[in-house]
Amino acid sequence: MTTAAVATATRAMRRPARSRSLKAWYRNGTLVAGLVIVGLLVLAAIFAPLITHYDPIKQDLQNALLSPSADHWLGTDKYGRDVYTRLVYGARVDLRIGFLAVLIPFVVGSVAGALAGYFGGWGDTIVMRIVDVFFAFPFYVLVIVLVFVFGSGEKSIYLAIAAVSWVAYAKIMRGELLVAKKQDYVVAARLGGMSHGRILLRHITPNVLSQALIYAMSDIVLDILAIVTLGYLGLGIAPPTAEWGSMILDGQEFITTFWLQATIPGLAVVVTSLGLSLLGDGLSDLLSPERRK
Amino acid sequence: MLDRFRFVPIRLLQSIPVVIGVTIVVFFMVHLLPGNPALTILGQTATPERVAALNTQLGLDKPLWDQYFIFVGRLLHGDLGDSLTYQRPVFDLVAQAVPITLSLLAYALVLSLAISVPLAALAATAPGRVRDGLVRVFTLLGQGMPQFWVGIMLILLLSVKLGAFPVGGYGQTPAEHPYYLFLPALTLAIAMSPTTIRSLRASTINVLGADYVGTARSKGAAGVSLFRGHVLRNAAIPTVSIIGVNLGYLVGGSLVIEKVFAIPGLGSLMINAIFARDFPTIQAVALFVALFVIAVGILTDVVYTLIDPRVDLSSKERA
Amino acid sequence: MSADTTTQTTAQGTAQAPAGRASHAPVQPGVPLLSVQDLTVGVRPSRDRTVSIVEGVSFDVEPGQRMGIVGESGSGKSLTLRAIAGLLPKPVEVLSGRVEYNGVDLLAMPAKKRRTLMGPEIAMIFQEPMTALNPVVRVGDQIAEGPRRHLGLSAKEAGELAVSMMARTGIPDPARRARAYPHELSGGLRQRIMIAMAVSCGPRLLLCDEPTTALDVTVQLQVLRLLEKLCDETGTSLVFVTHDLAVVNQTCSELAVMYAGHIVESGRVKDTFRQPRHPYTRGLLESAPDFDRPDRLLIPIPGFPPNVADRPEGCPFAPRCGYVRDHCTESVPPLAEVAPGRLAACFESDRLTEVLA
Repeated sequence: MTTAAVATATRAMRRPARSRSLKAWYRNGTLVAGLVIVGLLVLAAIFAPLITHYDPIKQDLQNALLSPSADHWLGTDKYGRDVYTRLVYGARVDLRIGFLAVLIPFVVGSVAGALAGYFGGWGDTIVMRIVDVFFAFPFYVLVIVLVFVFGSGEKSIYLAIAAVSWVAYAKIMRGELLVAKKQDYVVAARLGGMSHGRILLRHITPNVLSQALIYAMSDIVLDILAIVTLGYLGLGIAPPTAEWGSMILDGQEFITTFWLQATIPGLAVVVTSLGLSLLGDGLSDLLSPERRK
Repeated sequence: MLDRFRFVPIRLLQSIPVVIGVTIVVFFMVHLLPGNPALTILGQTATPERVAALNTQLGLDKPLWDQYFIFVGRLLHGDLGDSLTYQRPVFDLVAQAVPITLSLLAYALVLSLAISVPLAALAATAPGRVRDGLVRVFTLLGQGMPQFWVGIMLILLLSVKLGAFPVGGYGQTPAEHPYYLFLPALTLAIAMSPTTIRSLRASTINVLGADYVGTARSKGAAGVSLFRGHVLRNAAIPTVSIIGVNLGYLVGGSLVIEKVFAIPGLGSLMINAIFARDFPTIQAVALFVALFVIAVGILTDVVYTLIDPRVDLSSKERA
Repeated sequence: MSADTTTQTTAQGTAQAPAGRASHAPVQPGVPLLSVQDLTVGVRPSRDRTVSIVEGVSFDVEPGQRMGIVGESGSGKSLTLRAIAGLLPKPVEVLSGRVEYNGVDLLAMPAKKRRTLMGPEIAMIFQEPMTALNPVVRVGDQIAEGPRRHLGLSAKEAGELAVSMMARTGIPDPARRARAYPHELSGGLRQRIMIAMAVSCGPRLLLCDEPTTALDVTVQLQVLRLLEKLCDETGTSLVFVTHDLAVVNQTCSELAVMYAGHIVESGRVKDTFRQPRHPYTRGLLESAPDFDRPDRLLIPIPGFPPNVADRPEGCPFAPRCGYVRDHCTESVPPLAEVAPGRLAACFESDRLTEVLA
């Protein structure tokens, strides 16, 4: 063994063996932690009525701006609504939209990028130019303008995010395909007479899909952040629906006196993002351990 | 030596199709709205005569592509139209706002490096140990925090509670600007640091294990001088690209931050224009921002070429 | 000889020192320049468990002497060198032993003081010059770094010294080449840069870790000759690690053969090559191709070197040895004198009397 090999071998001797196979996914601490956090959040969102006592929308002005107490764990906002209840119901909105918003860009972008990378030629050039154009616009600039153009509301958010996010998937998948199509197993399949479609579907996709999936995890975080930001700007989900971003906006008014209201929804976002990031990291370890950073 | 930079004019030429695409997107942004743009601008209460007048004024009665070419023609003359809200040339408004936003971004970049480099070094020199874990937690949390919320939290902590910084605004004199811009720049810096730290940490670990570091040690180098002389410059190479990409993303973030802190830069201009339905301004800001991102991309490659004498981007295949 | 060099007389003759350098601590008479005593290097996977990779290595190097350390990959020869230089990779550490330079134990020295020796007293040349040179710094500056730190030269003076060093190592057009980056030079030139860098502060001991292995054969000879010339001129001692017997034959006067982390034989090169006293050495010589005798049958050594973690009891070479007897697997044979100036770690050494032509 060379000096370097000795060093790595002895380092490995020190640590317990790290499981890499799918069967031992539960040993991966990051993945488990992520699953637990996200799982709890999803459960809380689904069972919101069971763990809260108040109506998230109904106003009760007599009880406005109360401090946290046994009745109202996190106090009430300026309309008398229980903050804790709105927080939990807000999870419903932000989580749901965050997860759903990823779907279309994921599918459309991945397919476009994969085809561009695999077949190359003019199609590739055109797709890549379009991708370049979209990449020139910062994410928020386009999203904000598009949401404004489409009008506020859930559908606009999906449209705007889809229109902007697909390019990242396209770029990733194109890169993956450029490499994959030169691999021996693809060349062999072509020589064996297999059609392009079959190669793409049966052989290449399973191998490269993991990269898009891993990116999708971080994209969900991005989308949730975007939804919350839109809510803060008053462009997203319209009030009085409980949504973390608009809650922060409401809370900002009272930052000097009831700072909890602006802080808590943000913390909820942080925890959600943390869970999703851990999940994404764990998934990345699982699906492509050789690419560990 | 200078011929390593001959990719610059080539890259500029290559950018032209992208720029054209950008103008198309910017132009059509406005026309995506269903219905008549003039009507949308004036609102439902406008009289038909006013709508018709605005229609002609804005040239909306001409075919779409004609309108586009007029648009581009005006652009090339530096005419961005007049703001519907302020009744002033948009160019002036943008020109006023640009330096403010640029200084905010530069400030944020400097602060971000001040945060990222030491943290990345701390983590990379003790991988797997406690301080590496702490840095990792910081990056994980940092990536998950909404930027505007971080800004609000900083206001809460440093303005409201400690009274050390103003709650918002830009200040009057040039001396006041850095003081007023500190919190927003810090907010952006915190947003930018996680990816920078991750990249710098990884490349520093790589460099520390490299043979030439061993060579330097065999000459008696150690500690800070080893870092400065040998490690940092090599570790910075891949990170420069990351920072370049980040900067583009950051411009978008500054939009919202300017609103949080009431900074009269491009972001506020844009957001106010959106709510006021001031289309020419929206278009102009979007256009400027996109051009800025493209320019940053080329600049990043220039810096990359400056730092790494091995790289020759002129012959590189388009990624 | 330029007018501004000071000369210093050592036991071997005159050595030239670059201008402005502090004079070396004088060589202690009667003490070898480098004395490695019972060096054991390994790892500590847990607090109470150690795994040694290099075990009980001892050898001396006199001033001006050129010693080769020969062995296969994994024999521990590189780690031994790195232990001397203080450049062991992270998990590997010195477990026991002494490394005395000019009578002083380097291992007991505080790190800071030891670093002051690296460059002016002890220098190292690495195997792969492409990765051993900093890719983003000009080669002239890399050569100048040592003199600037250790000899207190200004940037300009160090730069000039670097160019003169490059000229000494036979690099054509050195002034222009000094401004080049490593990737712009050929492998042979890069190795000359490494050599120039190593000798720039006038070290008394040069540690070479397979410096010619990564080079073309044609270039190898040039580099070897260069090293020999420089060492002759300055009386510098050489510890040359390699797996190539021909190189050792060419360049070194003494040799130590390592196997599985132990020195199994040592002595003068000529004597050892003529009559090896350890079965492993003999096996090496018989399996090495020799251009002078192309018809000779090559006899490979059967088997593989043992893994670091599971060394057998007794002599590490026993499983592959043609001379093995029962007592060989019971205890590790010590490195003992089998003839004047010749050491071998083999119980059966007396049976190896055959002289190889």
